[in-house]
Amino acid sequence: MAKHTLSVLVEDVPGVLTRVASLFARRAFNIHSLAVGPTEIEGISRMTVVVDAEGDSLEQVTKQLNKLINVIKIVELLPDTSVQRDHIMVKVRADAATRLQVTQAAELFRASVIDVSTDSLVIEATGNAAKIEALLAVLEPFGIREIVQAGTLAVGRGAKSMSDRALKSLSA
Amino acid sequence: MSNSTPANPASVAKSISRPKDATAAVSSIVEASNPVQGPNNIVAPTKMTGSQAIVRSLEELGVKDVFGLPGGAILPTYDPLMDSTKINHVLVRHEQGAGHAAQGYAMVSGEVGVCIATSGPGATNLVTALADANMDSVPMVAITGQVNSAFIGTDAFQEADIVGITMPITKHAFLVTKAEDIPHVMASAFYLAQTGRPGPVLVDITKDAQTSEMTFSWPPKVDLPGYRVVTRGHNKQLREAAKLIASATRPVLYVGGGVIKADAHEELKAFAEFTNIPVVTTLTARGAFPDSHPQHVGMPGMHGAVSAVTALQQSDLLVTLGARFDDRVTGVLSSFAPNAKVIHADIDPAEISKNRVADVPIVGSLDEIIPQLHEACAARFETEPQADLENWWTLLNRLKETYPIGYTETQDGLSAPQHVIERIGALTGPEGVYVAGVGQHQMWAAQFVKYERPRSWLNSAGLGTMGYSVPAAMGAQVAQPDRVVWAIDGDGCFQMTNQELATCVINNIPIKVAVINNSSLGMVRQWQTLFYNARYSNTDLNTGHGTARIPDFVKLADAYGCVGLRCERDEDIDATIQKALEINDRPVVIDFVVSADSMVWPMVPSGVSNDQIQIARGLTPEWEEED
Repeated sequence: MAKHTLSVLVEDVPGVLTRVASLFARRAFNIHSLAVGPTEIEGISRMTVVVDAEGDSLEQVTKQLNKLINVIKIVELLPDTSVQRDHIMVKVRADAATRLQVTQAAELFRASVIDVSTDSLVIEATGNAAKIEALLAVLEPFGIREIVQAGTLAVGRGAKSMSDRALKSLSA
Repeated sequence: MSNSTPANPASVAKSISRPKDATAAVSSIVEASNPVQGPNNIVAPTKMTGSQAIVRSLEELGVKDVFGLPGGAILPTYDPLMDSTKINHVLVRHEQGAGHAAQGYAMVSGEVGVCIATSGPGATNLVTALADANMDSVPMVAITGQVNSAFIGTDAFQEADIVGITMPITKHAFLVTKAEDIPHVMASAFYLAQTGRPGPVLVDITKDAQTSEMTFSWPPKVDLPGYRVVTRGHNKQLREAAKLIASATRPVLYVGGGVIKADAHEELKAFAEFTNIPVVTTLTARGAFPDSHPQHVGMPGMHGAVSAVTALQQSDLLVTLGARFDDRVTGVLSSFAPNAKVIHADIDPAEISKNRVADVPIVGSLDEIIPQLHEACAARFETEPQADLENWWTLLNRLKETYPIGYTETQDGLSAPQHVIERIGALTGPEGVYVAGVGQHQMWAAQFVKYERPRSWLNSAGLGTMGYSVPAAMGAQVAQPDRVVWAIDGDGCFQMTNQELATCVINNIPIKVAVINNSSLGMVRQWQTLFYNARYSNTDLNTGHGTARIPDFVKLADAYGCVGLRCERDEDIDATIQKALEINDRPVVIDFVVSADSMVWPMVPSGVSNDQIQIARGLTPEWEEED
């Protein structure tokens, strides 16, 4: 199934994450990643949801999401017209002998080292899914101890603002 | 966000600002765009407790009747409720009864039904009714007490996360932990319940929110930035629809419960007569179009009329109005109406193309869309005269005549349940209200009572809740005390909720209950007869003729202070019904002893195409005649 990225503006009220997440579960959709956070407007949060879905069922789940009272607006962000970024932290084995190799590999990916100990490094990287995958492939031989990954973040290209337009349509 | 208002409030205000009998001293109508229902009195800031604010909000919203049962977490609210002169509280015997009563109240009146329960088990007992209302789009508000906000999450006594539990089965659920939020949450709950696609809304209020002081003023601000209702159909789609209607030679108006919810039955009749298109009314739409009208070809679906099922199957255009292509209507979806194009009009965009892809989707309220469609067709027919429907009508009329809804005599000497139900309908007439439970008797009540007006037929269609009948009939009777209200119930269903007879007797709610007693879980038994080699696993209830009669329904009625009657012979049916119709000072329960072997026909067996409809066991209509 194809992955789709949905940006969902929601009211920042208790239970809204549960409502959105359980709706996906009830309609048997697989959430690939989910990121939530406040926006430039007080009281409004934005969720970025990456789901596995086909055309018709994506339309259905979008309509069902729209029925949730706390959901204000939903936009599907297409790869061509948006920028999408993953964020990852990786704890890698690295002792005195391998530390330099690991840090050099990280530099190639413009990743940064954010913690060092005698036998490990924590590397932080941001990029699209392909870049993250490639970084992990390079780090793998050194021994990956832990991976922590945030949900994909996505925003439309250009000057237009999703929340601006959402609010404009509300007050119209 | 605070400066935003719900879009299009003016367009929904029509249905929510109906003036009630406003008697308040300070009364003035606020601007029409206010989404707060009721007389819309202006109330200057007044100090009161949260629980007083709950009662006052209900009063200001124009609520006249509520159904409920008190308990610890809602006790503070029951105290000021006792002093209210505007609100009649009906004390039920089980919270599920309060829920269904609120549904029945809403279904016959179009007003929001209200029920009240305490936290924990009180709230969970409402769950079935909420799920039922959600499936059948019934406007209701459930108010539940919740434990003190400081105790939430500690597994306190009678704590249940009712907001979490009801999220998937309500239109919305609110948790209120602060007294000052009560007025605007209450107003929002009523607004949500009855606008757009109606549905149940739960308001869970913590005990400390009820007991603390707040400043009440009215009307409150309803701020629902994510809630928008489109009521007017899109002109381009309407023109597209009119184009399809003009050229269709086998069109059908596939009418669902949405027409009744939108109070669009008159508009429907005008449109149907203008276009001369055959009309089918689904289980939730019985009465949306008069049964006696020559254009009515019946109820479609698993137990629908041959004429209605065939009309849909052989149609070239389904004009779908407030219906949702439920599996009980479509049978196997892939073989449903295979040659039909679909116009789908509904207020809920998520229903459109959910099960069957629509060629022309129209989102909006049917009381606006149907006249728009009428107009669009009138304009279209001027340039392109409507196609001739004569052959279509010839076929459907032949099917109507050849395969009317009927039944066979019983073999065991007991009365035919269909006959009993047919007589109840005939002797009571179309002004009565008929409320069924779920099962065989429900299907027979849908088939054999003749419905001539909307809101005269209530049943649990989507969820299929056994036990719906008695409490829903009670709610209906409270809303419309002057009508004859029949609960047409089964012996299985009746045993699930008959405790509300006590509520009916004590509160002078004189419903009439016809227990269609076949001594078994009849619909399940029918499937066992047809599909499980007549192995009757756990369907015998021992309530009928020649059994231990546990319980004896006449004695049970008597114990509750109702009039209990028993009818065991065909020749007594009319007299017994007449007797019941003459008693109006208390509920009547009639034990109609009927045959357990009667089956609901026609039937489309589960998992096959509607083309395989059977008019009796193993008997399909003669299709070759049609061509």
